[in-house]
Amino acid sequence: MKKIDRRFFLKAMGVTAATLAVGIDRSDAGTDIKTGEIPELKGILYDSVKCKGCYGCEFDCAWQHGLAEPGEVDDTIIRKTDETRRTVINLYQTSKGPVYVKRQCMNCNDPACGSACLTQAMHKTTDGPVIWRENRCMGCRYCMISCPYDMPKFEYHSTNPKIQKCDLCYDLQQEGEEPACSYNCPNGALLFGTRRELIAEANKRILENPDDYYPHIFGEHEAGGSSWMYLSPVPFEELGFNTKIQNISYPSLTKGFISSIAPVDIFLPAVLLGIYEATKKDKTTQNTEERQL
Amino acid sequence: MTNSTDQPLFLDNKEGKTFKFLLSELKPKGRIFTPFNIVSIPIIIVGLIIMYIRFTQGIGSVTNLSQEVPWGLWIGFDVVTGVAFAGGAYVLVFMVYILNLEKYRPIVRVTVLNGFLAYLFYSAALLLDLGRPLKIINVIIGNDYGMSSVLFLVGWHFLLYMLALLLEFSPAIAEWLNARKARKFLSGMTLAAVIFGITLSALHQSGIGALFLMAIDKIHPLWYNAYMPIMFVVSSVFGGISVVIIEGSISSKVFDYQTDKNHNKQHSGIMHGLAKICAVTMFVYFFMQIIIFVHQQNYAYIFSPMGYWFLLEMLGFVLLPMVMFFISYRTYNITLVKIAGVLSIIGIVLNRMNISIIAFQWETAVRYVPSWQEFIVTLTIILIEIWVLRWVITRMPVLRKSPDWVKDEH
Repeated sequence: MKKIDRRFFLKAMGVTAATLAVGIDRSDAGTDIKTGEIPELKGILYDSVKCKGCYGCEFDCAWQHGLAEPGEVDDTIIRKTDETRRTVINLYQTSKGPVYVKRQCMNCNDPACGSACLTQAMHKTTDGPVIWRENRCMGCRYCMISCPYDMPKFEYHSTNPKIQKCDLCYDLQQEGEEPACSYNCPNGALLFGTRRELIAEANKRILENPDDYYPHIFGEHEAGGSSWMYLSPVPFEELGFNTKIQNISYPSLTKGFISSIAPVDIFLPAVLLGIYEATKKDKTTQNTEERQL
Repeated sequence: MTNSTDQPLFLDNKEGKTFKFLLSELKPKGRIFTPFNIVSIPIIIVGLIIMYIRFTQGIGSVTNLSQEVPWGLWIGFDVVTGVAFAGGAYVLVFMVYILNLEKYRPIVRVTVLNGFLAYLFYSAALLLDLGRPLKIINVIIGNDYGMSSVLFLVGWHFLLYMLALLLEFSPAIAEWLNARKARKFLSGMTLAAVIFGITLSALHQSGIGALFLMAIDKIHPLWYNAYMPIMFVVSSVFGGISVVIIEGSISSKVFDYQTDKNHNKQHSGIMHGLAKICAVTMFVYFFMQIIIFVHQQNYAYIFSPMGYWFLLEMLGFVLLPMVMFFISYRTYNITLVKIAGVLSIIGIVLNRMNISIIAFQWETAVRYVPSWQEFIVTLTIILIEIWVLRWVITRMPVLRKSPDWVKDEH
């Protein structure tokens, strides 16, 4: 499996692809993937027009990840994912009647959680999944602060807590298989494929059935694009989506600050030493030594 | 608090005596049943029990943290606010060691000590809040650095700054132990520690602001802005100095037996000077807030509960103390300096808590309110810190003059 070291990637943008692969054997370095740059990025297209609300994916997800099965579902309540369920199906009453919507971690192309994580426990693989690596995480929950979708969920009642969130069934994908939810969906509402294929397919559906679809693919550009993408019959705010989310990669918000660190670390000591030398001279004549501390 | 007798603290550096000396120094000095002790000991005991529960049953068992609000009082107050409070240390060492303003030298040691202890105990608070605290070793030994992480930067600058503070304070420890050679060596490193300490401070103070840059959709637009890193540094200057003012006036009362006769006169001169620094930096800060407010066209939010809350913070706890600092500087009114100091401390608490807790996820239905256990633990950490501070001040030459041999060295 190909992994690319983040910093290396940034610096060596212009260098050949062969050079890029140097960091490969460390199968855990971060990547920096902007929308569309690596078309092989895998993802899932969720079509809420096709979803019949069978809740099958909730069960498949729970079985696949060893979580508790969802009990009786009351579809009048809007539920959120939490540490016991990585995905939920909610029913919304919209201007076009009832619509089911699946929610889970979006697996962003350039995830805020991945750039926030100080141990690289949160990590975007070149296959598409944003995975969480137990042996690195120190449980600081900065990923939860940073995530625009509020998706990493923390086991507050555990002495060795884990972060629970959708990882596009990374383990299954490693074995060449499809994520559990999309594989088992009986209504074809979940389509697994590369982002490029999925965007083409989504656009095709919108074009061919303009009456059924709202002409927007949520997740194509939101937060810099994500592996999960959505089609809907109605505007996305009617389905409880946070439409404040911007079409930028969230790590770009801290890039300016991060890149100013090294210059300050180098420049400021020199300035301080300069000021010290400048003010010291006036002092030499008077109180020669009253140095405490 | 204690009224220890000023017994000779400096041992003859003979073999075998050091250990005995350290043992004797560990013993409490002064009365044990002071009002402070009677109040603080039960709180500390309860706090320690809560910490035990936290480690055996998980963070959720003692806190009200939720999936929406993952950082509560322990981070929002202990770390985010506490670091701003400890900002006085880097400002004062800058004035004394870099600008050579001798006037402020008498309070440098106690401020550095305060800063060091504050950082030490905030790290403890941080460890409590980490879900998997043992894994913090990953950050230190370099088991894959998250170089793109602001928190990584803050963590490392935080850690290195603690070392710098310890170095800056170390001559006092050497004087206490009567270790002349060590003192000479350690005080030779002070300037380097100061220069790197200031650099590290500037970066981690701003880094704490930068932590929240990615929470652009979560923090109320009145508080969120792209300049948070700079605002955090500027406010840490007057926030830290205000703490020095208040803390200084408390400790000069409590530990007055440690200081000499000139102290009080000297002390008000220092207060007066600090008031001016606060007034000027608060003016800069307030001015920047106005520019941001206008630039982001924030007036749309002002007539709402959050808007009034913002106005209270800006007018009541920035503008008002700023004016008070200016007036007190002009009229040489030390009481007014102290009142303004208290107000500006409240202002810093409000600002940091607003960004990290109150205006964070302000739209969610269930608001985070800290549990009583979180308050007790926070209080416990502060109280233990005061105990340690008192222990050090009664033993080492922090407020009082250094031993005579220090002068002979030069």
